Amino acid sequence: MVTTDTRINTETVLSVEDLRTYFTTRWGVVKAVDGISFDLRRGETLGIVGESGCGKSVTMLSLMRLIPIPPGRIVSGKIILDGEDIIPISEQEMARIRGSKIALIIQDPMTSLNPVFSIGNQVEEAIRIHQDIPRRSVTEKALEVLRKVNIPAAEQRAKDYPHQMSGGMRQRVVGAIGISCQPQVLIADEPTTSLDVTIQAQYLKLLKDIQRESNLSIIFITHDFGIVAKMCDRVAVMYAGRIVEHGSVRDIFNNPSHPYTEALLASVPKMDRDVDRLYSIEGQPPPLHDLPVGCAFADRCPDVMDKCREQYPDSLAVSDGHIASCWKLE
Amino acid sequence: MTTTESPAQTTEPGQVLLEAKNLKKYFPVTKGLLISRVTGHIKAVDDISFELRAGETLGVVGESGCGKSTTAKMMLMLEEPTDGSILFEGQDVHHTSAEVRKAYRSSVQAVFQDPWSSLNPRMRVKDIIAEPMVINWSISRSEQQARVMKLLNDVGLNEYHSNLFPHEFSGGQRQRLAIARALALNPRVIVLDEPVSALDVSIRAQIMNLLKDLQKEYNVAYMLIAHDLATVRYMCTWVAVMYLGQIVELSPVKELFINPSHPYTKALMSAALPSHPDMEQEEIILQGEVPSPLNPPSGCYFHPRCPAAMDRCSVEKPITKEISPGHSLSCHLF
Repeated sequence: MVTTDTRINTETVLSVEDLRTYFTTRWGVVKAVDGISFDLRRGETLGIVGESGCGKSVTMLSLMRLIPIPPGRIVSGKIILDGEDIIPISEQEMARIRGSKIALIIQDPMTSLNPVFSIGNQVEEAIRIHQDIPRRSVTEKALEVLRKVNIPAAEQRAKDYPHQMSGGMRQRVVGAIGISCQPQVLIADEPTTSLDVTIQAQYLKLLKDIQRESNLSIIFITHDFGIVAKMCDRVAVMYAGRIVEHGSVRDIFNNPSHPYTEALLASVPKMDRDVDRLYSIEGQPPPLHDLPVGCAFADRCPDVMDKCREQYPDSLAVSDGHIASCWKLE
Repeated sequence: MTTTESPAQTTEPGQVLLEAKNLKKYFPVTKGLLISRVTGHIKAVDDISFELRAGETLGVVGESGCGKSTTAKMMLMLEEPTDGSILFEGQDVHHTSAEVRKAYRSSVQAVFQDPWSSLNPRMRVKDIIAEPMVINWSISRSEQQARVMKLLNDVGLNEYHSNLFPHEFSGGQRQRLAIARALALNPRVIVLDEPVSALDVSIRAQIMNLLKDLQKEYNVAYMLIAHDLATVRYMCTWVAVMYLGQIVELSPVKELFINPSHPYTKALMSAALPSHPDMEQEEIILQGEVPSPLNPPSGCYFHPRCPAAMDRCSVEKPITKEISPGHSLSCHLF
């Protein structure tokens, strides 16, 4: 479980700078992602944590350039993948990058696989699109990838259709498609929420093994601090479209510095000890089309000050590599 | 047929309210369209026994297909057991008068996982919460409404909410409405089927705390179906671990977390997500998946996946043994 920091070198594969993705709706402009920045290094796992509506899925869609336009649009910012900004490039160029440099595993394996094609066919499709190799080697390669995600008797199972497989097996197939073209960045959007605990444990271990072998960088989108504790090297906590705290996984767990992070951690029951009463954050997040001028968490914050309602807090350094946006830290 | 309002009965905390004895539920598997014949049985629940006590919570954990939902349905009388009995305050609810069965049905209520599909979208909140009373009690409309207001207050909502429709609420608030409805008839037992797993992290804590407060106030017994062990540790007094229709380990919650004994329980604990990156966990990754309940393995059902399997495990079914007060399990290792 303890990740060896030696495999993470300082090479940045993905760098997001001041990304803003807005949606025009009849209620006004919804600022789903409002100025987020982070770096992802090679071989590293970054967790993006937050509750529903905090912008984590829109972040994921923006990185894949899958935002429906209209109503959405990436208003500003840079997404630098492997040295190239992917926001201004054409849709054709993006289609080449998607799957080969940056890949996605989404939550529900039932809806992300096509029910009328065999799974072998679906893994081959990804390889065929991105790699110019003869048909026979495509099949060979697909089987190799299926074996890599530990699908037993891959030759036979490749002929199966998604409905013939269990949830855990289907999610492995989705994972196989994700890694089939050796991407540099894999985005995993709650890949294990529909799986049973023992199957989830198998899947997470598999992802780690694959990561170690191919030095893959993973972005884990999740609401579950358990997944973060198990999988991630660094964590970005999102609230109302912004990253409120960012640091190494131990920084976040041992020294949560934004009141929201602190409250979230205190509201989760613990496996390893008895808790008398869970902390419960009162109220709801503000609507994203009507964000307050100051800090969006102010109304729910136990440490709120006057300044919080007047001005959005700057990102302040807590320690090396650990930042939080809160006036309390000033 | 309506009865008058049954007053909230006073029970001592810890008093056994409900006892399930050797419950079994087999679903026949048939073949053929016109002339169908039974080709086998899915043993969804296979000989389980447990007790529910006033003011206490029994957690039922296990993976999909382990029979926890079927057990819940039998408790709610939505499924008739194939064999075995449910004793409610000493009375067998399946072999008794219609009146007792009806009383049982109003004493055992449920809160389901998905608050988006468990509330009728066309009814106002006050009617949703009053419906159980309209059906079961002959009390006046104004008495009903007074009780609705009290229940709304109990679950942290207020009078203003009573005229709204379910779609006007957030997930957490809807779950509060479902809890208010479950409390309407002064139940003695509430079956909670994954009540917080569809909710956001910060809202989960609100609902769990609310459920604990209500239990203290009304001394109701909960049966909590869950898959998250941390939730179970926070909410429960007792835990039953189920695998393929059987309870493999039943224990007071503290004892189970300090001293998990059945290999399956240990594997579940090691598979559970840690609450801190430095938390020490045994690395037991179970191979394979849960076998089909249509054709369960011989001997101990867990033996094909068990890291500690011995020769006799594949032949002989282990019997249930008590290893310390209240802590029993079925495994040849003990």
